[in-house]
Amino acid sequence: MALDASDVEKIAHLARLGINADDIPGYARNLTDILAFVEQLNSVDTSGVEPLAHPFEAAQRLRPDEVTESNHREQFQQVAPETESGLYLVPQVIE
Amino acid sequence: MYQKSLVELAADLQKGTYSSEELTRACLQRISTHDERLNSFVTVTGAQALAAAQAADAVIKAGNAGPLTGIPFAHKDIFCTSGVKTSCGSRMLDNFIAPYDATVTEKLLEAGAVMIGKTNMDEFAMGSSNETSFYGPVRNPWDETTVPGGSSGGSAAAVAARLVPVSTGTDTGGSIRQPAALCGITGLKPTYGRVSRYGMIAFASSLDQGGPFARSAEDAAVMLGAMAGFDARDSTSVERPVDDYLAQLNEPLQGLRIGLPKEYFGEGLDAGVGDAVAAAIEEFKKLGATVTDITLPNTHLSVPAYYVVAPAECSSNLSRFDGVRFGHRADNPQDLQDLYTRSRGEGFGDEVKRRILVGTYALSAGYYDAYYLKAQQARHLIRDDFLQAFEQVDIIMGPTAPSVAFKLGAKADDPVSMYLSDIYTIAVNLAGLPAMSVPAGFSNGLPVGLQMIGNYFDEARLLNVGHQYQQVSDWHARSPQGFE
Repeated sequence: MALDASDVEKIAHLARLGINADDIPGYARNLTDILAFVEQLNSVDTSGVEPLAHPFEAAQRLRPDEVTESNHREQFQQVAPETESGLYLVPQVIE
Repeated sequence: MYQKSLVELAADLQKGTYSSEELTRACLQRISTHDERLNSFVTVTGAQALAAAQAADAVIKAGNAGPLTGIPFAHKDIFCTSGVKTSCGSRMLDNFIAPYDATVTEKLLEAGAVMIGKTNMDEFAMGSSNETSFYGPVRNPWDETTVPGGSSGGSAAAVAARLVPVSTGTDTGGSIRQPAALCGITGLKPTYGRVSRYGMIAFASSLDQGGPFARSAEDAAVMLGAMAGFDARDSTSVERPVDDYLAQLNEPLQGLRIGLPKEYFGEGLDAGVGDAVAAAIEEFKKLGATVTDITLPNTHLSVPAYYVVAPAECSSNLSRFDGVRFGHRADNPQDLQDLYTRSRGEGFGDEVKRRILVGTYALSAGYYDAYYLKAQQARHLIRDDFLQAFEQVDIIMGPTAPSVAFKLGAKADDPVSMYLSDIYTIAVNLAGLPAMSVPAGFSNGLPVGLQMIGNYFDEARLLNVGHQYQQVSDWHARSPQGFE
């Protein structure tokens, strides 16, 4: 399946990923090559095969519903780009 | 002392031949002399290392030393280290001072090991040559015009050049074993869930696993013993006691059943690598092992399945980098959309973007069944091939990589050709099995790795088999010229 520039722009938008206009043809070519390569998966019939979500089919471990973590907000916000009164700041969302 | 193994160094420290502080200063000196050429470190933590070494010396003096007390190690820059930059090889995290320690960090420090610095790596562990790092490529100490392999290239090069005795790595599709092979050292990827992933920056969560690099299987056994174990903070961590990896090292190999998958010796394997691996297999026969040809018929599906599963999981994991809570943030964002898009566009390099795009596409509406579901089904077939093989044999052997170290830049513009350098390592991650690469000779003057694949939680056997081989071979004792 060949991807063109508009496909790449659409996928980049879904991923909220800025890419330079100059790089789009290169990505379109790379993605087309990679998808052509993974097409090899279609050479095998997998009907009736369960998808393998975990190598030894382990289930998610459960724990009692108890508080185990204390609040580390100040420590974690030390590495944040912009905070105020314990809140993370982003550009204005609502006019 | 830089030519000594971890086990020898630990014995010398306990005898008082030299102190951990002297050993640590010697490692720091070697890094400052040689690492400008290799670029294997992103951050050297000299002051912290010396303080840790002094503390270790006090423990040794008090008679409380363990096998890692006072031993310097290099830590892949994917493991969070409290108060120390943890970059993951990316501009995105160039300003990130981790607020906590990864479990692996905590365990190694508690065992008394001395962290000497954080090693260079492919950006977010995505690469097989260490060329995708924001901090520039690492060079292979055996030939500085070639790559060290990746993604844990810095950790492998630092051990190969004898800058440190041991280091840590992570392996999602071969990122410990392939650089170990290309740099002529020993590297072990444990069973999925054996080593905690807490604080290990996630790439593809159903595949990622941490493990050690060392000069020998014996040294790797000491490291794995300290790194492995159940951790309630990692939901995929396995609740199972850790074996005593040293206890089984000296078991004889008489009667060991080795399987050679025909798919690992076919087209695409460099002849010199094939010859070295064949010679190594002969050594195992002399040690009393029996060798059987086996088949892993779905091997050809492993790289295609991986390049769906890994990008899909990476696109999901890396969505956390949004310029809001940590990491790179674009200047003067116009609105929220612009903040996300530009922060991510500026923070991520080319290969990471490529994989986010592939993964986003594979998971997007209408394509999920055709790609992700299909790949997870192929994964089931690949896993079952191994289960069947382990009914006949105890261990599977073959080459770790199809060729020796390739030239810097040789595959940089062709992602698919780069991906194929992991053709023998990727199936192991898809199946969650443990595997190890040990040095098995040279081809064109560059190291060749022998890969050993074990059944689930059979790390002790891998280390035993590797150690016995290293008693009758000296490939692991060779070190590159020019780092005296």
